[in-house]
Amino acid sequence: MTSEHAPRPAIGWLLTDTFAVARRHLLKITRVPESLFFALIQPVMFVLLFAFVFGGAINVGEGGARAYREFLIPGIFAQTVMFAVAGITVGITEDASRGIMDRFRSLPMKPGAVLGGHTLASLLQNTLVLVMLSITGLAVGWRAHGSIGETLLAYVLLATFAYAITWVGAWIGLHMPNPEVAGTAGLAWIFPLTFASSVFTPIGTMPGWLQPIAQWNPVSCLALASRTLFHNPLPLNGNSFPEQHAVALSFGWAFLLLAIFAPAAVRYFKTHSTGGAA
Amino acid sequence: MTYAIQAQGLVKHFGEVKALNGVDLEVEQGTVVGLLGPNGSGKTTTVRILSTLLQADSGSGTIGGFDVATQPDQVREVIGLTGQYSAVDQYLTGRENLELFGRLFHLSKKDAVSRADELLARFDLTDAADRGIKGYSGGMRRRLDLAASLIGRPSVLFLDEPTTGLDPRSRQGMWEVIQGLVAEGTTVLLTTQYLEEADQLASRIVVLDHGSVIAQGTSDQLKSQVGGDRIELVVNASSDFDRAVAAVTPIASGAVTSTQVERRIVVPVSTGSTALVQAVRAMDESGIGIEDIALRRPTLDDVFLSLTGHAAEEETATSTKSRRSRAGRK
Repeated sequence: MTSEHAPRPAIGWLLTDTFAVARRHLLKITRVPESLFFALIQPVMFVLLFAFVFGGAINVGEGGARAYREFLIPGIFAQTVMFAVAGITVGITEDASRGIMDRFRSLPMKPGAVLGGHTLASLLQNTLVLVMLSITGLAVGWRAHGSIGETLLAYVLLATFAYAITWVGAWIGLHMPNPEVAGTAGLAWIFPLTFASSVFTPIGTMPGWLQPIAQWNPVSCLALASRTLFHNPLPLNGNSFPEQHAVALSFGWAFLLLAIFAPAAVRYFKTHSTGGAA
Repeated sequence: MTYAIQAQGLVKHFGEVKALNGVDLEVEQGTVVGLLGPNGSGKTTTVRILSTLLQADSGSGTIGGFDVATQPDQVREVIGLTGQYSAVDQYLTGRENLELFGRLFHLSKKDAVSRADELLARFDLTDAADRGIKGYSGGMRRRLDLAASLIGRPSVLFLDEPTTGLDPRSRQGMWEVIQGLVAEGTTVLLTTQYLEEADQLASRIVVLDHGSVIAQGTSDQLKSQVGGDRIELVVNASSDFDRAVAAVTPIASGAVTSTQVERRIVVPVSTGSTALVQAVRAMDESGIGIEDIALRRPTLDDVFLSLTGHAAEEETATSTKSRRSRAGRK
């Protein structure tokens, strides 16, 4: 058997294996187009709901409803990136309960590629959703007012953050006993993180004790950083450090999460057989 | 003698539960060993340790000379594993599944494609190759799963309850496939709760109960532990009963037991079907009518019962619970 293996450095195999696993997940998306459809439709619904239903009640300063829409879209970008994470949490428990994780484990492939491929596929799906969302945003009056460089940097930041946070979802998925629990637990931490942030409402409207938490919240940082780079309204709440350094802090959060959860998840995957608890 | 699979003193705890209590196991190259036992006896845990999925608390295992704990990569190059679940992606087609696992086995793209074709043909799945697994029957999924574990032409194959949940025809089909693999020289460690399956496939049987090996040997050796063949006969009329006992006694190799109420006589014999013919002739010559007569060989059920004091099936209900809670734990 070994004779069929071309001699290659480990990093080469890691990439090959990662792409093979990512391809599997992308094929799956094409087989269940409904899942992509709802992944696309959900943020669009949020845009429409908040822009036209809640928008009138939330004041972001001058400009009224139109200003709120400009404020809202970068927030929805951040929210979408967060909500997409639940998908990988459930996906990983499904693979575990069907014994597919054990099949991967029994193969001479690079163990990092199992999660690496899954997160890569998830990034590609996220990118597609962000494009769709941008189009919806343009339709309701949102514009990127910054330079091309700033606009590009905003998307790079969103994608980087999306990729990093997916690893948190993967790590959680590995610890869940079955897809049902993962479906609930996968969202349980995302909701408070997303809503106790500046995604939908300016932080100044929150109670005093919550404000510093909301300011340091990675999701707030991401929303604020996007607003800064797109030059959208960003009603600040004074002069706090996280608000003044949102872009750098968002990248910082992304790299920190990645540095913690990617190795932790891969290590957990290597050492803990999930066993097919279905 | 070279052993393809060797395990020494495997111990594994899951929390409070002692799943393995010092299991020793040896499988000679090119043979099939059946790991037999009720649910919760430690069969699956043994397989998971030997296939590098799980680390033992103590003890050691080698596959083809490679240590499962310290050389997992080398072990994975030579093994194939088919678990209790069809570990294939149900959204992909049969072909896509095999090509994926081929690629992950580090075959070149070309080799992965041709290997997939070859396996689909061999497992009679060519017609269904480009359909999604969702539309496959249980038997087809199991065949695909087995095909997936053969991608790397493993010299050692682990089959963990390969036919659980299959209908009798699909089970027969799986048996034929497994027998074919063995004929090609593959070493197989098979776990099963079906005594008939172990009897059919395995050249040697290791009986596990509560995480320990309680017996091992060939099927015949195990059966002879509980006694040899016996003739069981039921006479038509109770008036003939005593004469019938007298007529068969010369054929018996041991003490004849009889129950008058049921008109049943059990005769231990050592010459198998020859003794059966003699018994029928003896009845005929004495003019005694027979309601039923048969040569019974001990089944592995009898073996299990005599070794453990309980039947193989009986325990299933109670130990399913402990197994489930165990599977949930990581």
